Amino acid sequence: MFNLSLQQIGDALRAKKISSVELAQLYLDRINALNPKLNAYITLQPETTLAQAQAADVRLATGKADVLTGIPFAQKDIFCAKGWLTTCGSKMLHNFVSPYDAHVITQFNNAGAVNLGKTNMDEFAMGSSNETSHYGSVKNPWDTARVPGGSSGGTAAAVAARLCAAATGTDTGGSIRQPAALCGISGIKPTYGTVSRYGMIAFASSLDQAGPMARSAEDCALMLNVMTGFDERDSTSLQRDKEDYTRDLAKPLNGLRIGLPKEFFAEGLSDDVAQAVEAAIAEYKKLGATVVEISLPNTKLSIPVYYVLAPAEASSNLSRFDGVRYGYRAPDYTDLADMYEKSRAQGFGEEVKRRIMIGTYVLSHGYYDAYYLQAQKIRRLIAQDFTEAFKHCDVIMGPTSPSTAFKLGEKGDDPVQMYLSDIYTIAVNLAGLPGMSIPCGFGENNMPVGLQIIGNYFDEARMLNVAHKYQLATDWHSRAPQII
Amino acid sequence: MDENEIETARAQLSGIFTLIAEMQAVDTSGIEPMSHAQDLSQRLRSDVVTEANQREAFQAIAPQIEGGLYLVPQVIE
Repeated sequence: MFNLSLQQIGDALRAKKISSVELAQLYLDRINALNPKLNAYITLQPETTLAQAQAADVRLATGKADVLTGIPFAQKDIFCAKGWLTTCGSKMLHNFVSPYDAHVITQFNNAGAVNLGKTNMDEFAMGSSNETSHYGSVKNPWDTARVPGGSSGGTAAAVAARLCAAATGTDTGGSIRQPAALCGISGIKPTYGTVSRYGMIAFASSLDQAGPMARSAEDCALMLNVMTGFDERDSTSLQRDKEDYTRDLAKPLNGLRIGLPKEFFAEGLSDDVAQAVEAAIAEYKKLGATVVEISLPNTKLSIPVYYVLAPAEASSNLSRFDGVRYGYRAPDYTDLADMYEKSRAQGFGEEVKRRIMIGTYVLSHGYYDAYYLQAQKIRRLIAQDFTEAFKHCDVIMGPTSPSTAFKLGEKGDDPVQMYLSDIYTIAVNLAGLPGMSIPCGFGENNMPVGLQIIGNYFDEARMLNVAHKYQLATDWHSRAPQII
Repeated sequence: MDENEIETARAQLSGIFTLIAEMQAVDTSGIEPMSHAQDLSQRLRSDVVTEANQREAFQAIAPQIEGGLYLVPQVIE
């Protein structure tokens, strides 16, 4: 049951081979048994889950079921869900039971999907290892001494360990793709503006984008059908016709032009990752694709640009957490200013405070032009690199992450080392392009390697097609960690 | 922050700003700053109330309220 695709689970539910309540209970039992080892979930509310499953069973019985009706998903704890504790991985929101639903949650609810729980994440999505969570690190199901990646590390670990049928993530600088790569699952960050950010707790608003994380590209496509669509409550939500992201899954890849950025295969890439990615490219050639070398000359600059822009936006977004209307308030204070200061000092973790400090500094008078404006200008150069590259290819491929999952604590004391590991994913967010990661083999210590697929704006259906055909020809995506 | 924490934070922030300084070498004269992934203008809508009043639900999760107001330490003597 735990290895079935979303389509197969839906078929079993509609054929009454299993009820949604039975299925949810199976998953809850499995979570109870395995989550203590992985710490993938922050919050479980079994009564809420089972009530949703019961409602799904009623809908299934009346023949009004949609594709995802009755299927148990997990939601990253960045999405506000009415009646659910929504912490965003922070002590600041340790007691925040959301009074409303994020748009993504509403979409899943309308589809009749069941919410199993809220998954662990780096605090306010700031991190690449899930070690900044106030609720403890998540362990990689392939080796519990290693990180699952971040910031959607709880989701990635839960999907890989079959603790949910699939789940949601968000990606500001690689937070869907990198944990998907490190845990051996599939995940796609769609074009900026495709999925509404309403009710998704903001980190860097011009970069944040939600997307599905699942065991296959086909599952991602079905979820994207539910998650996308115009929402007037998000001012950057795009008014476009509804798409069926499964429409091109079966298309042959003959004539597909794959661009390989030489900067993605240069110094800093581990040999084991390079080998697995090159083998995947060879497989694509067998499937009829051709390969062309391209250049993204400003790749290296994407890291400093991102670590100016994202903290700048975060410092503004996180100013709302002041201990007045919701969330953490310090127990002792002398006056209003002291209450703000102590609530924020005690409620935020180290990495979040670091980024707020960087953000306020780069936005301050006298430094604005040198840092913030300069970063925005280079951001345009980075986006133009992609526009140029897509004149010569249909999709861009390369590694998702320079190495496989590293050990817990290995990079904890050195933020720069941690930031450098985002080298291949960040530029995609800066440009607002869709990016995906799929499993393409194993490296040293039998840890999964991710292949990154970058598409042109709104080319998700083609990317999913490219990923799906590879998954029909290989079985990396169906390998499961031994914890199972 | 105690003395040790300040020293660690100082070293970490210096490292980050050394990384950020790599940007300064780039000639960006004539380049338009890019503030957003999509070149969009803000949508406008009619000036009508669209949200229902949920004051009670919102105040139910507040640290301290009284008579429908959020309480903070006294600011004016």
